[in-house]
Order: sequence, then structure tokens, then C-alpha cells
Amino acid sequence: MSDHRQVSSSPSFFNNPRNRSIIYQALLILGLGYFFYSIVSNTLANMEARGIKSGYDFLFTTAGFDILMSLIPYDATHTYGRTFLVGLLNTILVSTIGIILATIVGFVMGVAHFSHNLLIRKVAVIYIEIFRNIPLLLQVFFWYFAVLAALPGARQSLSLGEVIFLNVRGLYFPGLVAQTGATFVYAAIAVAITSIYLLRRWAKKRQDRTGQQYPVFSTSLAIMFGLPLMALIFTGFPFTFDIPELKGFNFRGGITVIPELMALTLALTMYTGAFIAEAVRAGIQAVPHGQTEAARSLGLKERRIMQLIIVPQAMRVIVPLLNSEYQSLVKNSTLATAIGYPDLFTVFVGTTLNQTGQAIEIVFMTMAVYFVVNMTISFVMNRFNTSVALVER
Amino acid sequence: MKRMISVIATGLALGLSFGAQAGTLEDAVKRGSVSCGVSTGLAGFSQKDENGKWSGLDVDVCRAVAAAVLGDADKVQYKPLTAKERFTALQSGEIDVLSRNTTWTHTRDTSLGLNFAGVNYYDGQGFMVSKDLGVKSALELDGAAVCIQAGTTTELNLADYFRANGITYKAITFDTSDQTRAGFESGRCDVLTSDQSQLYALRIGLKDPSAAVVLPEVISKEPLGPVVRQGDDAWFNIVRWSLMAMVEAEFLGIDSSSVDSAKADGNPSQKRLMGTEGDAGEKLGISAEWAYNIVKQVGNYSESFERNVGQGSPLKIARGLNAQWNNGGIMYSSPVR
Repeated sequence: MSDHRQVSSSPSFFNNPRNRSIIYQALLILGLGYFFYSIVSNTLANMEARGIKSGYDFLFTTAGFDILMSLIPYDATHTYGRTFLVGLLNTILVSTIGIILATIVGFVMGVAHFSHNLLIRKVAVIYIEIFRNIPLLLQVFFWYFAVLAALPGARQSLSLGEVIFLNVRGLYFPGLVAQTGATFVYAAIAVAITSIYLLRRWAKKRQDRTGQQYPVFSTSLAIMFGLPLMALIFTGFPFTFDIPELKGFNFRGGITVIPELMALTLALTMYTGAFIAEAVRAGIQAVPHGQTEAARSLGLKERRIMQLIIVPQAMRVIVPLLNSEYQSLVKNSTLATAIGYPDLFTVFVGTTLNQTGQAIEIVFMTMAVYFVVNMTISFVMNRFNTSVALVER
Repeated sequence: MKRMISVIATGLALGLSFGAQAGTLEDAVKRGSVSCGVSTGLAGFSQKDENGKWSGLDVDVCRAVAAAVLGDADKVQYKPLTAKERFTALQSGEIDVLSRNTTWTHTRDTSLGLNFAGVNYYDGQGFMVSKDLGVKSALELDGAAVCIQAGTTTELNLADYFRANGITYKAITFDTSDQTRAGFESGRCDVLTSDQSQLYALRIGLKDPSAAVVLPEVISKEPLGPVVRQGDDAWFNIVRWSLMAMVEAEFLGIDSSSVDSAKADGNPSQKRLMGTEGDAGEKLGISAEWAYNIVKQVGNYSESFERNVGQGSPLKIARGLNAQWNNGGIMYSSPVR
């Protein structure tokens, strides 16, 4: 009898739930693998049957077209691989500027929402409601075709002291050309940043220990400007200006910010800034009012309450929201194609795809890029989130 | 489980449908219309009027194919496409024929899985500048900002031309020709470059057409024509010969008003084209009256040209290269026999 019981309690191989689940999962993986394999091989076979070229060889052939703006040397004799890089860098440029500006605008407007000044409060509300509720594409068109296109032509440029020019072709300002000795100035800037960081740490420790405060902000300001200025004076200003000049049709020399970049940055900043402002508002409102009252009863000033009590606690609500706003901004930057800013989407999925016809490869590469960029943002923001999360003791 | 199976089945069907090379002709007949890719709006070539009716030289090719295949030139579904979208739309089977001022080039013919069925307009790339710049030749354009449409041969020719002549420029690329024109009008660029025919069409759309001039230089060869998918030879033949029939009708002196008399008692060549003699339609797998329907409903090439881009239109483009071969042009149809 006991033998029988022994047999029935250890089920046969296929009745063992562990084995069964392994078998089912293996079958599912095999099925999925076959599914994707058949899609890929089917596509390849059909493309070959129709005489459509495939593969990544095109990346090494000459592109033969020019790009309006490039952060690396590029002309029509470079390869399609290079156009990919040019587009990628332009996308990263507009996204980075957009993220920084949108964060500033968002925080200012989000905090302004709680201002005791009625006018400031209303400005914040109106800004948020306007820019959050209008489609981004429309805003891109607004800045490009309504605002920037209304600027005067090259020969009637608006100018600031004959060194900075603004016209329908863009914003022109003098470039700095480094001469010998410029390294000292760069070094001074690096030293300034490091010492400010150290000063802040020291000041915080001292305050924790003794309760005495140190004027960190004004000292930092003095270091940030003082050190490089001293370096400039000692080295005898080792820079020359490259001032833009009207030659022929256009301004030459200096640094040019093309209107496409300006319009796209403005649109992305104002649009995303409105959402960030709402995130900031939500974060601040999530801090119970009792916290403010408690801080007040301790005799803290309003600014210090914001800095020490509200913002640190609000951050744990704000950061996860910021993460998705940043990712949206990067994805929204593809609207560049509407106004011809040469970002990755315009240059690669637009022109390159059209000239080579290799849709699958190009679309796949571009999707991979946005995926990687957004995963990186997400990774960084998650690390940041961990650092601001409530530490439970 | 049932849902999962249906999801997988849909996925498989999608993967497989890419390979479905069914006869385009059968599909068009079953659907009762020809699906034709045209531009998003280009005066003279493909444009929509206020009643939603399409017209233009490229539209007439679509109409000719519909007349040949379905006996009714109005049975066309128009799909407006940007330059960037056009080839993908054709490759994926969204349209049956692409008739959208598309330049016949080696790369497009050999590596995109497409075939060019002929040429309905011989064009060349030119430049338009605003008059007050005082520019007389393209060689004076050093340092100019140039507006172009993305995804065109124009982009490549432009780079070649400026490089070959050692002059610099800034390329400002837009998606549609309307945006290109807006860029030119706002002063974003000094020069607008495109096929010459398009320059005339874009110039009419300017607020003040007389403020812009088209420079004399023609820097490239741009044979424009209808395109079909590779691998469906029967359909390729139909599109090629629909276009040829219009050119041949002009050569044989048949137009939409004389088409009935040519059919009844024309000379042997006319009767062969009109289907009263021979079996030209049968060989194409369509009605014997295919060419009769084309000329009757769409007109011959000359009629289509003059109506859309020539003297009967605001564009007033001269026939030039697009005249018949015996009239100083290079329009030439193979004989129907």
C-alpha cells in the first residue's frame, strides 16, 4: 500500500508541473522564434524577387547631397553613413538644448504658479493653458512661418552694435577664435567649477555641524566670473572675434543659428515646458501644507522653506514625470521634418531613404537610435530618481 | 487562446501579403478603379480644383490607364504623395501606378524594384531667383541659400553643379513644393531650384509672379514618367502603351473630336490603334477599344499638353523637347502593329 502512495505522490514526467511549464515555455519560444524568422526571411525573399536591394552597403557609398547644418565636417562627397552621424548629432543638439530650456521654463512657471503676486500667478496659468493645448506641429509652424519668417531680409537685418545680426536667415553672432594662451582660460573655468563644488560641500557640512550659514551663492558667483576674468587679464585676452559680415547674398563668418533650429527649439521648449510646469505644480502640491506651516513656525524664510522643505520632497513626484517629458521631447524633435531642420529623421529617413530606397534598413536604424537615446534618458533619470526618493528610516 | 491565434494569423498574413504579387490588372478590375499616386499639388501636372476634381498632365496618364483598363477615365482613385513617400507607396502596393513628375534614373530603375513605363514630359532642372537680386546667371549664385524639395534628384544635381563650378551654397530642404515656395517667398532663401516646368508652376503661385525670374541655365536631364512595380509585366505593358497611345494618336492626327471618324473610316494605322483592325487590345489583355477610350475621354498627347501646361493653361510652356519627333521634339511612340 505504501508503495502505491509513493508512486501517486511523485507524478510522471509530463504531469510534473515544473516540467510542464518548462516544456510550454520552450514551445512558446520556438514558436515565436519561428514566427519572426519567417517574417524576416519572407521579407528578404520577396524583396529579392522584386529586385529591391537590401543590406547595409549603402552606408559606404557617396551621398551626393548637401545638408544645411552639420556639427562635423560634411559635404556632398561624404557617405550615407556620415549623413546618419550628421543627422544624429543634430537631433542630439536640438534635444539637449530643448531639455535644458524646457526644464528651466517649466520650473520657473511651475513655481510661479504659487507666487503671492497675482500677475505672476496668472501669467503662469495662461502660459500653461495656451501651450499645453495647441498641437505641437502647429506651434512649430507658428514659430517658423509666422514669427521667424516675418523677420527682415539679409540686407535689412536687425543688428545689435553691428556685431550681432538677426534676419530671416537666422541669428548671427561673433565667434571666438582661440589664440595661444587660451588653455589657461579653459583651465581657469575648470578650476572655478571644481572649487564651487567643493565650497558647497564644505558649506553644507559646516552648517550641519555648527548651524552657521555661509553665503554660498554670492561666493560661487564671484569665483565663476572672477577666476576666468583674471586668467583673461593675465594672458592678455587670447581670443579674437570672428564678426559676421554681409558678403554677397548672406552673412559670412561668426556663428549662425539657423531659423529652423530656433523655431524647433522654441516650439519644443514652450510645449514641453508647459507640461513640466504642471509636473512641478503637482509635485509641490503633493507636499502637505503642514510641512510649510511647520517650517514657518521654525522661523524659516519663505525662500528657505521652498529650498529646504518643499522642493526636496516635491522632487520625488516631479522626477518620474520629467523622465517621460524628456523622452517625449526627443521623439517630438522629429517634427523637424516639417520645417526642414536637418535632424536624424529629416536627413536619414527623409533624404537618404529616398535616394537609396532602402526603407527597411533605414527605418530600423532610426528606430534603434530613438530607442537607445530614450533608454539612456530613462536610465539616467531613474538613477536620479533613486537619489531623490524618500529615504525611509 | 482564440485571440492569440487570430493575432498570430494576422501577423502571418501581414508577413505573407508582402509577397502577394497578384495581377495588378485583375485587382484594378475587381476594385473598379485604378489607384494612382500623384503629387500633393503642382500646377499643370496634378492639382485638385475647388470641386475636388483632379487635373494635369500626370493626372491624364492615370486617366488614360483607367480609360484603357475600365473604359472610364473617371474611375481613378488619387493618392496625393510627397516626393519622399512616393516609392514606398508603390512598392507596398498602396497604388497601382505612380504618375508624379518622377525622374527616370538608373538607381530608381534598378534598385527600388520599380519600372519606368515611359516618359510623359522631358524636363531639366533650373533656378528661380527674385528679380531685385539682379542675377543673370546661376554662376553668380556663390554663397546663396537655395530652397529645394526633399527626396528629389534636384538635391543631387544641385550639389553636383555647385561643386563642379567651385561655388558654395546653403541647401534648405522642405517636404512639399508649397513649403518650398513659402520659404522662397519669406526670403529664407535667395534661389528656388526645381525642374523647370515646376518653376513656372510655382512662379504662378507667388504673390507677385513678376518679382521672380527663371534663370536660363538648365543643369540636368529630367525625363519624367509613370512608374509601376517590377514583376508584373502585363500591367507594365498596359501603362506603357496607354501613354504611347496618346503620343501615337497625336502622330496619327487623331484627337478627341476626330476619334469616331478615325475609328469608322480612318487609314489602316488609325484603325489599328482604334481597335477596328488587328488585336492590339487583346494582346494587352484589355478591351479592343482601349486606345479609342483614351483618346475619346482624355485626348491625345497634344491636347493633354496644351490643356494642362501649354497655351490653354496659365503656365504657357512651349512644346520644346516635348513636341513630336517630326516637329523638332523627341516625343516618339513605337508603332502599334
